[in-house]
Amino acid sequence: MTSAVSILPDQQLAQLNDAYRKAVARKRLRMTLATAVFFAALVIAAIGAEVHPVTFVNKIGNFVSYFDRIATLESGARVWSDIGEWFWGWRKWLALLGETILISYVGTLAGAILAFALNFLAAENTSPAPWLRFAIRRLMEFCRTVPDIVFALIFVIAFGLGPMAGVLAIMIHSVGALGKLYSEIVENIDMKPVEGVRSTGASWISCIRFAVVPQVAAGFASYTLLRFEINVRGASVMGFVGAGGIGQELVVAVRKFFYSDVSAILLMIIVTVFLIDIGTGWARGRLFGKEARA
Amino acid sequence: MTRLPVPDSGDLRGRYPEVFDRPVSSRLALPAMLLGAFGIFAFGLVELEFSPARMLAGLNQLGWITMMMIPPDPGSSLPAYLVALGETLSIALLGTTLAAVLALPISLLAAKNIVPSNIFRFPVRRFLDSIRGVDTLIWALVWINVVGLGPFAGVLAIAVSDFGAFGKLFSEAIEGADRKQVEGIRASGGNALHEIRFGLMPQVLPVIAGQVLYFIESNTRSATIIGIVGAGGIGLQLAEQIRVLEWQKVSFLILMILVAVAAIDWISGKLRFAIIGKRAVA
Repeated sequence: MTSAVSILPDQQLAQLNDAYRKAVARKRLRMTLATAVFFAALVIAAIGAEVHPVTFVNKIGNFVSYFDRIATLESGARVWSDIGEWFWGWRKWLALLGETILISYVGTLAGAILAFALNFLAAENTSPAPWLRFAIRRLMEFCRTVPDIVFALIFVIAFGLGPMAGVLAIMIHSVGALGKLYSEIVENIDMKPVEGVRSTGASWISCIRFAVVPQVAAGFASYTLLRFEINVRGASVMGFVGAGGIGQELVVAVRKFFYSDVSAILLMIIVTVFLIDIGTGWARGRLFGKEARA
Repeated sequence: MTRLPVPDSGDLRGRYPEVFDRPVSSRLALPAMLLGAFGIFAFGLVELEFSPARMLAGLNQLGWITMMMIPPDPGSSLPAYLVALGETLSIALLGTTLAAVLALPISLLAAKNIVPSNIFRFPVRRFLDSIRGVDTLIWALVWINVVGLGPFAGVLAIAVSDFGAFGKLFSEAIEGADRKQVEGIRASGGNALHEIRFGLMPQVLPVIAGQVLYFIESNTRSATIIGIVGAGGIGLQLAEQIRVLEWQKVSFLILMILVAVAAIDWISGKLRFAIIGKRAVA
């Protein structure tokens, strides 16, 4: 086999190699420094977070055996050997799962309606006044930065225990998250239809209704479905603080060591989240599919 | 002023039947969907025990709470709160790093261009999906049972729940990598290890680094709440102060969280910019 690779004269090669090494050395130095800083941060963080590798190694067996325990019925048999016994409380749990989905549905829809009302005031191209835009943006930022479960903690005290606090917490969080996404969609629209409508003498509301909404409706719907999916996960833990749904039952089962109940409830939550994911994914595919064809 | 000639509407209707005479089914679809959506909404309100009286009483109460929150005041526990905040940031950083390190090998198994066989890829993907289906708070509860109360449980909870997310995101990044560079390395005589090191990694690493940074950012938020179930950090303080109705301390803690999250946002934005470069951000 003949090789056609030409080899440069030594002098030229040395020059090229030199330049290459110089270029790489600087990059390597930066890389090494960045890595060193990162590891220093990790070590500080490990001390701060009370990481005890020894405890971890000693207790990791617990983690594995925890899954072994939650897969065992009280009688000592494996859970799947007696489905009826494993899911003994399925009626109650299914009702609570229904409540969980309902909490996230009502919370998402109420949040979406509010976000819909607010986002046109927050988007750069449709906002009537800069000060209003600034105020609404800060409000939305606040709503989405404070975790929904913190709102739930406060609302449980204000509105009493129960799903109402969960719905309101999810609603507030959704207003912040959806409002931002909505206004980003609005900022990307084609402004020509808006000008067209405005040139006929239409009011601000008519401009929004006839020029903006038709362009953004599909995008809004898609983000709302995505939010619903996220909120179902969020609602599944609302019960931890007493704000309704399946979480209450789960936290009781975990704390009182009802092992097989833990696995049964977890499995039901996973399957529900899974089904909701598939359902909203399908719905979003249809929405965007329609857009792409048009 | 001259009136514009009004076109004959009958003529227009005849010319554009698809605009004026849409079939009843497509005309009714949207109102029916909206009606259905609001029907469920109304059912939900009744089912979840919403009532105007409760709403009013609650809002009244909430007004009182807000009044009592002003001005935010940490009292004498500011040092304790700062330590807790540091703990929260540590949990986020460690948990995310641990998740990224664990997820990298698994993500190779879930990538289509590395493991072409569906039989192997499918279970890995479902496994990652089911990990993601469980909320971080639930993982925190499980880990508390294993390593006891404290921030270490929080680190592990964040690591596990991000492991699912990273596995999926990394495998997508690997699938999106350009084959040409890998082929180029092979053509110049590199072996399989060289292909991954010089062909794949330079393409994938910046994407992965960007995602890890983004997750550190979002985990700062998650880390603030896992304290609610006892897994350390500022959430523990927050939940305690809410339970004993120390509203001034609560508002101070919330402000601290907001400032910390904003600071982390800013830093990681800068870092991502430096790693990915201007082009990818724009």
